[in-house]
Amino acid sequence: MTRQYIPLDPSIAPPGTRNFRDAGGIPADQWHADQNGETLVPTHCCFCGVQCGMYLRVDKGGKVFGVEPRNHDINRMRLCPKGINAYQQINHPDRLTAPLMRRSRDEPFREATWEEALDFTVSEIRRIQSAHGNDAFGLLGGASLFSEKTYLVGKFARVALKTKHVDYNGRLCMVSAAGANKLSFGIDRAGNPFSDILLSDCLLIAGSNVGECFPVMTQYVWGARDRGAVLIVIDPRETSIARTADIHVALKPGTDSAFFNAVLNVVIRENLVDEEYVAAHTTGWDEVKATVATYTPDRAAEICGIPAAQVVQVARAFAGADNAMAWHARGIEHHSQGVENCLTVINLCVATGNIGKPGAGYGTITGQGNGQGGREHGQKADLLPGGRSILNPDHRRQICEIWGIEESELPAAGTSMMEMVWQMQRQEIRGLIGICNNPFVSLPNYKTVKDGYDTLEFHAQFDFFLSETADNAHVVFPVTTWAEDEGVMANAEARVVKHNKAQEPPEGVRTDTWVMCQLAQRLGVGDKFDYPGSREVFEELRIASAGTVIDYYGITYDRLEETGGIAWPCPSTDHPGTPRLFEDGKSYHPDGKIHLQTVEWHPPMDPYDDDHPMSLTTGRTVAHFLSGNQTRRLAGLVEQTPRPWAEVHPSHGFKNGEPVRVVTRRGSEVFPALVTEAIRPDTVFVPYHWPYPTAANALTIDALDPRSKIPEYKVCACRIEAAEQIDEVPAPPTAPGQAAYPEAQVSRTDPLPPTAPQGRGTAERS
Amino acid sequence: MMGRTIFIDPGRCIGCQACVSACRECDSHRGKSMIHLDYPDEGHSVASLPTVCMHCEDPVAPCAEVCPADAILVTADGVVQQADTTRCIGCANCVNACPFGVPKIDLQAKLQMKCNLCYDRTAYGLAPMCATVCPTGALFYGTLEDLQAERPGVQVADSFTFGDVVVNTGVAMVVPADKVQWPVPGGLPIVQVNGKDVTR
Repeated sequence: MTRQYIPLDPSIAPPGTRNFRDAGGIPADQWHADQNGETLVPTHCCFCGVQCGMYLRVDKGGKVFGVEPRNHDINRMRLCPKGINAYQQINHPDRLTAPLMRRSRDEPFREATWEEALDFTVSEIRRIQSAHGNDAFGLLGGASLFSEKTYLVGKFARVALKTKHVDYNGRLCMVSAAGANKLSFGIDRAGNPFSDILLSDCLLIAGSNVGECFPVMTQYVWGARDRGAVLIVIDPRETSIARTADIHVALKPGTDSAFFNAVLNVVIRENLVDEEYVAAHTTGWDEVKATVATYTPDRAAEICGIPAAQVVQVARAFAGADNAMAWHARGIEHHSQGVENCLTVINLCVATGNIGKPGAGYGTITGQGNGQGGREHGQKADLLPGGRSILNPDHRRQICEIWGIEESELPAAGTSMMEMVWQMQRQEIRGLIGICNNPFVSLPNYKTVKDGYDTLEFHAQFDFFLSETADNAHVVFPVTTWAEDEGVMANAEARVVKHNKAQEPPEGVRTDTWVMCQLAQRLGVGDKFDYPGSREVFEELRIASAGTVIDYYGITYDRLEETGGIAWPCPSTDHPGTPRLFEDGKSYHPDGKIHLQTVEWHPPMDPYDDDHPMSLTTGRTVAHFLSGNQTRRLAGLVEQTPRPWAEVHPSHGFKNGEPVRVVTRRGSEVFPALVTEAIRPDTVFVPYHWPYPTAANALTIDALDPRSKIPEYKVCACRIEAAEQIDEVPAPPTAPGQAAYPEAQVSRTDPLPPTAPQGRGTAERS
Repeated sequence: MMGRTIFIDPGRCIGCQACVSACRECDSHRGKSMIHLDYPDEGHSVASLPTVCMHCEDPVAPCAEVCPADAILVTADGVVQQADTTRCIGCANCVNACPFGVPKIDLQAKLQMKCNLCYDRTAYGLAPMCATVCPTGALFYGTLEDLQAERPGVQVADSFTFGDVVVNTGVAMVVPADKVQWPVPGGLPIVQVNGKDVTR
């Protein structure tokens, strides 16, 4: 079972694993006392955008019971705690195994047959659409779905529901980067593979807690540093990678574009611009130059709250390196100026000629497993498969031909996820199907979100655990986990990888594909949704993307199994894929130039005043994933991080573990204080994986970036005050008749101050 | 130092606890992690440090030396095994004897458990679970030559002092190149006894 793989360059591998073997090559009966009949199924992790390879251990009875590291090109056996514990979802006692149904929210859920649940859902769709028009019914997808399913979500909304209201939770994740990449380069993906990090001489990581959110990427960061690369980290908190960085810029949240403009200002002033590259390959340079002229280091120091010398240091390190790379993530994207922040990073890379070379380029690290693939094939409000625009008549015609519908039947562009919630409040959207998302935890301004969902006349959710959002629905469809179906995902490098089916789903559970096809059949378009499984959907997706920028045509399941992953664009089955973009200096705009954009910094949307003088910023912790629906029930992860906390600087006088009330204009909640010098004195950090009343997102502001419509999670005005009682974490919801899984109760019964489990701790030495 | 062994590099550790989770997957103590993850500078820095069994070579395995039941065996290649379940009486002598605080005792089961360098894996040429998954290489498995090839200029220590006693170990620690002290102080200096400052 030795796997063949074709790495980008066999001599480039992350450190520490050259002499490792994975268990795949060892006869199964030789290395485990109890391995009788055990098989290893090669697949990938279901969580973040790194998409680490792993084996799932399957016993004689065909059930997954463990995990085994896999020597895949992306991660070389490395895994993080989420990946190691992921398999525990699959046969978890909280799994939903029968459709849940109720006619109104006043009733409790009861178990229903599939027929009943599907028929009721379709009758509600018909009722709402005939009374209020097709657009009164919406669909919200997810970026943890396989690409085949995200393609189906887009097609199902437009062909079966005939509604323009479709969007997905990647809207909360990296659409700012997507918008910036499209504006500058005409293509929406990272420019370089992870392995290029190993070749870089200067690595700039902005707004990304790589050590906790993408731990396996740190092997590349360390690999670069072993070669002597300079590491620059831009983050208001001293995260685990900032701790050992050469330069850590702890700027005030919401000031990134001012900082990067100032860095470019210094680069220009010190004649470090790659004039030749800029002249040959870009447009708009003069305007950018004029704009950044006003952003002196002193001005940036004032806006960002950092020493002016750091701006100069960063400029010299980045522009002075032979090969420099910039990677960014939600820290600079979750802003009302998220697109602009990303544009300033791109401007810096392009101005210094760090594009399209081994070890030089830029990348955005996708948060969700399929954050990249999830927006490529028509799940986004304004996009059709292959990244086609729903506003472009040619693109519309091409897709209608593939789908077999008239162009006049294809709806127009819809609205973004948060806007859809506002429309629910105004009763413009009265019915909704949500597929594998949990907006009750993941959207900002929880009260608005709950109000919007409570106003819905009908709400159905697909999920494998009863999420907080599903708990509000009329119908919940129990669907498969990632290990019970096959499909592809595209990771942060735009490398398409294949997940394999490791076990049969539990009795009563169906795939998302099956449920969508059944609904489509009942809506009278069954002939357009005749897919036995993911494989058939993927064949259609390949054809639908052929000839576009996001070309999957050359990617087949067989090739993915042989190679371990292919980066798009891949126009033909003999094409090796495109791991690194712009090697010829050409962008994907019609003129082949990189379009540099000017950016002016403006303050965040939530103004500071005497009542709210501090910044609240939110983020993740290593043990949990996004809304926590997939991780807050896994014992090992709950034990590691049972509850949220408020990270505050010792100057506020709190002791570790004391109740601290965080107050914003949307509300207030009480968390245990985690007192640490690793955060700015004017900033508070709260991780957002938990539901109300311990939800960071009950405090955040629902202000959106005007271009990407991403919410401003990363900064809002707040104050902190002493409180009496810490808010308790509610137990995850369970289906009727099911007791909550006891290990998941740890978080409720353990009000201990958060110290070591989060790797931070107390400012008082014990 | 053994041939292929674990090297611990606290400078690279990000405190993600992948090693802790991976250790729970080991079939010889499934569900229980044998890794100790410590935060040596709490509140001031997010610095963290994993501790696995150091597989002491000289004096050889203090835990095994004090075991009244001869439950802790040392293999020919220097790996100190966890207690033999048929012999262990759960007396916790080994817990008290270990200078690194490694063994864990399950009082209900009257059984000691500790890291055994994933003997079920290393015996077949696989790396231990913790070092296999460690995303940063803070836990590295291989020979000293492997490590030096990967990380030019790396300095390691496999000798630790506890008061007057020097312990040489099979597992080694990476030490800062500019602060090579030999042997490495194994514990923090004693500053208080019964609440009284003894440093003056």
